[in-house]
Order: sequence, then structure tokens, then C-alpha cells
Amino acid sequence: MSDVIDRPMLDQEKTAATRLKIIDCDIHPSIHSHSDLNEFLPKRWQQHLKEYGSHLRTPYIGTTPYPRSSPLIARRDAWPPTGGVPGSDLDFMRKQHLDPFDVEFGILQVLDLFIFSQQNLEFGAAIQRAINDWQLAFWAHRDPRLKASILVGQDGSDLGLAEIERCAKTGEYIQINVSPRANEPLGRRRYWPIYERAQELDLPLGIHVGGYGGHAPTGGGWPSYYCEEHQSNAHTVASNLTSLVLEGVPERFPKLKIVFIEGGFGWIPATMWRMDQHFERFRSEVPHLKRRPSEYVKEHFWFTTQPIDEPDEAKHLRQLIEWVGIDRLLFSSDYPHWDYDDARYAFKTPLTEAERRKIFNSNARAVYKF
Amino acid sequence: MAVTRIDCDIHPAVGGTRTTLLPYLSDHWKEQVVSRAIDGLDLNSYPPSMPLSGRADWRPADGRKPGSDLAMVQRGAFDQLGASHAICNVVYGAQAVFDPYMAADFCKAINDWIAAEWLARDTRLRASIVVPIQAPDLAVEEIERRAGDNRFVSILVPSQNEMLLGRRHYWPIYQAAEKYRLPIAIHAGSAYRGAPSSIGWPSYRYEYYLAEAQAFQAQTLSLIYEGVFGKYPGLTVVLMESGVSWLPAFMWRANKTWRGVRVEVPWVEREPAAIIRDHFRVTMQPFDAPMDATSVADIIDQIGSDKMFLFASDYPHWQFDGDDPVPPHLPAGLVKQMCEDNPLETFPRLKLSS
Amino acid sequence: MTRHIVARTSEIPAGGNKVFGLDGRDIVVFHVNGEFFALLNRCPHEGAPLEKAACVARLTSPAPGIYQRDRVGEMLRCPWHGWEFDIRNGQSWFDPNRFRIRSYPVAVESGAELQKGPYVAETFPVHIEDNYVIVEV
Repeated sequence: MSDVIDRPMLDQEKTAATRLKIIDCDIHPSIHSHSDLNEFLPKRWQQHLKEYGSHLRTPYIGTTPYPRSSPLIARRDAWPPTGGVPGSDLDFMRKQHLDPFDVEFGILQVLDLFIFSQQNLEFGAAIQRAINDWQLAFWAHRDPRLKASILVGQDGSDLGLAEIERCAKTGEYIQINVSPRANEPLGRRRYWPIYERAQELDLPLGIHVGGYGGHAPTGGGWPSYYCEEHQSNAHTVASNLTSLVLEGVPERFPKLKIVFIEGGFGWIPATMWRMDQHFERFRSEVPHLKRRPSEYVKEHFWFTTQPIDEPDEAKHLRQLIEWVGIDRLLFSSDYPHWDYDDARYAFKTPLTEAERRKIFNSNARAVYKF
Repeated sequence: MAVTRIDCDIHPAVGGTRTTLLPYLSDHWKEQVVSRAIDGLDLNSYPPSMPLSGRADWRPADGRKPGSDLAMVQRGAFDQLGASHAICNVVYGAQAVFDPYMAADFCKAINDWIAAEWLARDTRLRASIVVPIQAPDLAVEEIERRAGDNRFVSILVPSQNEMLLGRRHYWPIYQAAEKYRLPIAIHAGSAYRGAPSSIGWPSYRYEYYLAEAQAFQAQTLSLIYEGVFGKYPGLTVVLMESGVSWLPAFMWRANKTWRGVRVEVPWVEREPAAIIRDHFRVTMQPFDAPMDATSVADIIDQIGSDKMFLFASDYPHWQFDGDDPVPPHLPAGLVKQMCEDNPLETFPRLKLSS
Repeated sequence: MTRHIVARTSEIPAGGNKVFGLDGRDIVVFHVNGEFFALLNRCPHEGAPLEKAACVARLTSPAPGIYQRDRVGEMLRCPWHGWEFDIRNGQSWFDPNRFRIRSYPVAVESGAELQKGPYVAETFPVHIEDNYVIVEV
């Protein structure tokens, strides 16, 4: 790695991360407790939450299947001094992240309550609705830099479509987020009505990694360790990308913008090359594709940068970025989680000022129309 | 003397259990396959009629499966593609059978068949031992049975089984593999026990084939993190038909994750990428690289070890057109190494003269 | 090298740490197993504040399933990405030569000794009856 920090912090690093303002496409706010949602959640579902809780396709009710590397997968310095869990205190988030990094816009990504993994679809829809309201009331309305997404579970697609309508009317949401691990791969036609509506509303489709779809995290089966499960996030995004492209989603919805969040970007070139390499062999199976798969990727998909890859040689990261394309990359920090990327130091390879501007700001500005 | 070019991955095809394998089955299973019509075990991973499964010019005119005719394979793999030796990997549904004893007898029959009808008829051929991966103790028995025959140079296992290959369940196989200097050849192919990807069942065979690369990645991590190479330091694993270009970013991410979470697996004392370079080899069809020379050079540089690459045509699978299985733009020195030196090092039982 | 008297030994509790600003840099002093260690308060990776690091055992293993712990509390686990560092010299576990936290010599001296000088006490009152942590920067 080219840039090992073994010096005191420079003055300019103490104030602003870079000379440009940052758009951070992945910030995780958290509820303090379930009662935060009471004002947004009907009594019937409050009661359900209390008595039946989250019914997931995982073994435990109190934790994740693979114990994570830190409590609540958070940076150990992200616990607010006022109490509460990381990401639950707006003032502390401002002090620790939004202000020092000069975040111009931060896109909220809510993972609380296993929001996309609820087996009871009505309950899932109720908490998605509550979380959508909570994002505005607790975050976006209190700090105009923070932007909310409409969270919907695509397996209850009628409920999801209704929620999209309800939220879109407000004009306050900047994206529609769906589950990365739904009942079926994301390209399948049962999910197309959501994509069609996203295209009509001109809202990007956001897909943040995580969740539990009931299938093993890898095509080879269930791993034993978190270090395996964590890397399998890259499998999930690669499989979803190929599903969406091969089923013809960009072909059918040519104005739809799709953003993969927290999948990193190292896996993208090989995935595109492999799709293209075998396209001729399988073309007759997917005659609805009019172009080589990588061409759809380069026009319809964007990728947030965290967790960034860290090759030993800086030039390798540079090659990777060029293969993916500077225009496809949207900076994200993943604050306050442990595998967070620091905007000042994460890109350990030289970038021109114009390239930095694209990755850290203008690409996202264009996708989200800020 | 012709140049040495060891093709590490070609595919003779089993016609069927009631035809090809019948003479090699035990009496019990002979009666069973006939009386119950137990046949049709071609894997869903490779339907013989699918374009990928057989290049047009490598398909028998009478409609039999590509790879089923020795003379045709000899013409294709040796005369046309220029191999001096070739390793036969029989990818067949025996390794997906649920009944472990049926699986074991079918695997034994495949190995007897390949020895009698392929290896005995062409001294340029070698083979991987097809093992009943479903039952490691029976797999070890099959390895022991072949251990004295140096024409068997590796152990074939599919890339998607009942569980990830690093699990302790499979360790007896690795112990035998190390003892008899047989690398584990993981070949693309699924027993369809679970969805081929973490997001579920794909619609297309194309999509399934793309997901194979990720199954190989998961197997690689599993073997490393479960500590297989600390336990069996002499073990080599060959990824066959895995694709290659995913390796750099995969190694970077593995290193990054291990640096932070290695407390889970303290027996893994080196970076995963270093373990990969020492213990893993990869066949070069498909390579899945872009078509420009610069990117190919960058990928090779990023992988960081010329020893990992093995020449392979994947005959009769349709991975390329024309007569040269070597992916374009590879440096000449590397091509020579992957055709001769690397295979000889990877498959220590493979002696050119025998 | 300048010697700074940074604290009374009693001000840094066992198992804890304290951050001091010395010559424009933040230095964190850990108190582990009766000894004091001073390190730059920044992870060499992405700059995380090491004062929030977990002090853990040095973990090794001869074989899967066997966990050998020694030097309990003497490894720092970075609060962000979990990199482990040796508290004695700042070296990373996974690549000691390439990745290390800058570390600084520390001494513990009695007030009686210190009053003889020379030292940089700044405005720090030194009492004969106490012991003090001294960091060289």
C-alpha cells in the first residue's frame, strides 16, 4: 500500500476531508429502540413486534447467524457518549462524520429490524412504512443534508407499490431501496412492476447488501466463519447484477438507474468480462438482450465504493478503477460500521482532482439529481 | 519430438449407466440400474446438447454426446489443439447421487472404464479419480484403490456439493490426497443441493454458469479458512473451468477481510493471497479476460504468480474458436510454463515417459 | 528527543489509556500489565483513533480449533477494521515490517528523581511523593 499513516494529522485533515464536499451514499442511522417507531407503526403491528418479533430465515432471534467482528458491526468509537447505539444520535453523527468530512449530502440506508428479511410480508410492509416515515421525521427533516430512501420489500409487490406511491407523493425521497436477497433473484419478472414504477418516477433503484434470503451465502453452501460470509456480499451483488442484466431489466426499462450499495467494486470487471466472454455461447438462450452484457452495466448501473479493495500495489487499484470506469463509482463511507472507509485515506492510489470530484461528488449528484 | 503441451482439462463423456458403465458396475448395481432404469445422470450443469457443452466441430455426427468417442477426442485434443498429453476429467452425475453406496459404485465404474477404454488405449492420456464426495470414507477407499496406478494424477470433485469443501467432514480425502501426491481438482459442476448462488435459483443456464465462478471463490475461502493447508501442507488444489480473471480482486478482498477478522481463524497465519499462490492452480479455459493485451498483462501481474496457470482446452466444451486453446495476449514465457513446467509440478504423478 | 512528563501514573488506570497532545500530535498512553506504552493515536491504515482500540491477547494457533493466548492485553485491535498491533512496538500482527504504529519511548520516574531535571514539565506540577509517566517525542 502506498500510503501508510505514521505521521501526526495535518491541519487540513482535521478540518475538511478533501477540498471538495462529499456526497456519502451509505450512512446507517439506527433507531434507539422499537418505541421510536410507535408513532409510525399501527398498534396491531406494535403488538406483533412485541409478541412475535422478527421471523427470519436464520437460526437465532437475538443475533445474526455469523457473529460479527464488533458489537452491532460498528466502529468502536461510534457509540454516542449520550448513550444509545451507533448511528442513533444525530448530533454525534454530525460531530463525528457529517461536519468533519464536509458531507454535502448523506444517503440514509436503514438496516434496522431486518427490514428486508421479514417472512411475514404484511409485517414487513408495516415496518418499512414506519421506517420510511421515521427517516424523514428523525433525520431528513432535522438535517437537510440527509436524504431518505423508500424502503420496500419486493416480495409483497402490491404492498411495495402502494408504499412507493405514498412516499413518492411527498417528493422527499431520492431512491427506492429493495431487498438484495428476495425470494428470487432480482431480475425475475415478478419484480418488474417495481422497476417500471421506479423508472416512471425517475427514482434510482438502490440495492444495499445484507439480509437473509434463505439460501446459503455461497453457491457452495454454508460457510463456518464470518470472514467467509462477509466476502460473500460480493457474490450477492455479482449474482444480482447478472440476474438483472440477463433477464433484460435494463433492456426493458432503459431509463432505470440501479445503484449497488456496499458491494465494493473489485468484482465488477471480472463479472463483466465473464458475462461478455460467454455471451456468444448462450446468446440464443437470452435473445431479448440486444447488446453485450457489459454495455448495460456501463450505462445503467452505479456502485458505491466501500469496502474499497486494498491491493498491495497502488497501480493495481488504479487499474481496477479504470476497468470499472470512474463514472460508475459513488463514494460511500458505511458510517458507523466497522468496515467503514475514511474519505481521506481509503483511495490509496493517485486520483486527479477531476476524478476525485466525480467519485466523491458529481457522479452521485447526477444519479440522484441533487 | 513435439513440444510438451499438457492439457489439464478435457472431458470424455459417459454415455450412460446402462450402456457405458454397465460392464464395470458390481452385480448388484448392474441389476439395479437395469431393473429400475437408473440412468440419465448427466449433470444439469452441462446438458450435452447445450452449445457450451460441445463445440459444433467436436460433436459426433451420429448425435452421441461430445467427448464420447476416443478417436474423435484424439483428433480434437491432440491433432487439432496440439496437446502432447491430456488429463481426462469425467464430469458426471455419479457425484450428485444421494445414495452413497450407489455413488461409490458408479464412481468406481467410471474409473475402471476410463482406465480400460481410454488410458489403456492412448498413453498420452491421464485421468482424475472420480470419488464419491458424498461419503468421504468411501472416497478414500476409491483413492486407495487407484493409488498404485500413476495414470491417475488427481482427484476430481465438483464445485458445488452438500457443503463447502473446507469442512472437517472432507479432511480424510485431503489426507489421502496429500499422501498419494494427488492434487484435488475442483471442477465446475453442481449437485444442485442448494441454490447455485446466494440470491437463489437462476432462470438461465448462462446465469448459472456465471455463478460458478463465485462457487469456486467460496470453496477457495473455505479450504483456506478451515485450515486445510496448515493440516495438509503438501496439498494442492486445482480450480478447473473456474474462470481466472476474478482472482486479483478476490485475493485483495480476502486479504483485507483476513487482516481484520483473522481472530476467527488464528490457524491461518498468512495472508489468503499468499496461500492461494502456493496451494492453488487454475486451468486457463475459460480465462474470462478482456481482449486487449494491456489488460491481460495487468491481470497476470495482479495475480502475482506465474506458477498458478495450467494449460487447458476444456475440450469438447466450446470455450474458444479455432485451433489454439491459449488465450490471446499471454506472454510467450508464461505460455511455455503453463503448458509444461506448471502441470508437471502440479501433478507430480504425471511422468511424460510413462 | 524531548522528554515530556505527561501524567501521574495513577491518572491512567490499569487497562485504560489517556491521550496527550505533545508537539502537535495526539499520543495515546496505555497502561497494561503494570507497564506504560505510548503510541501515535492514529491507525496507520485509515487513521482510526487508537484510544478506542480493544486491548486483547496475542492469539496464535498451531492447528484448527486450538486457540493459544498469551501476552493478554498487549495487542491493540483497531476500533475500525480490526487490525491487530503489538502494544510494545506498534508492529502490526499481519505484516510487522510494513505496517506499524509509530511508538514512543516511555519511562516511569519518581517525583524526587524528576525534580533534579532536566525535563519538560510545561505547567505540570511534580510532587516528590508521586510517580510520573514520561514520554519521549
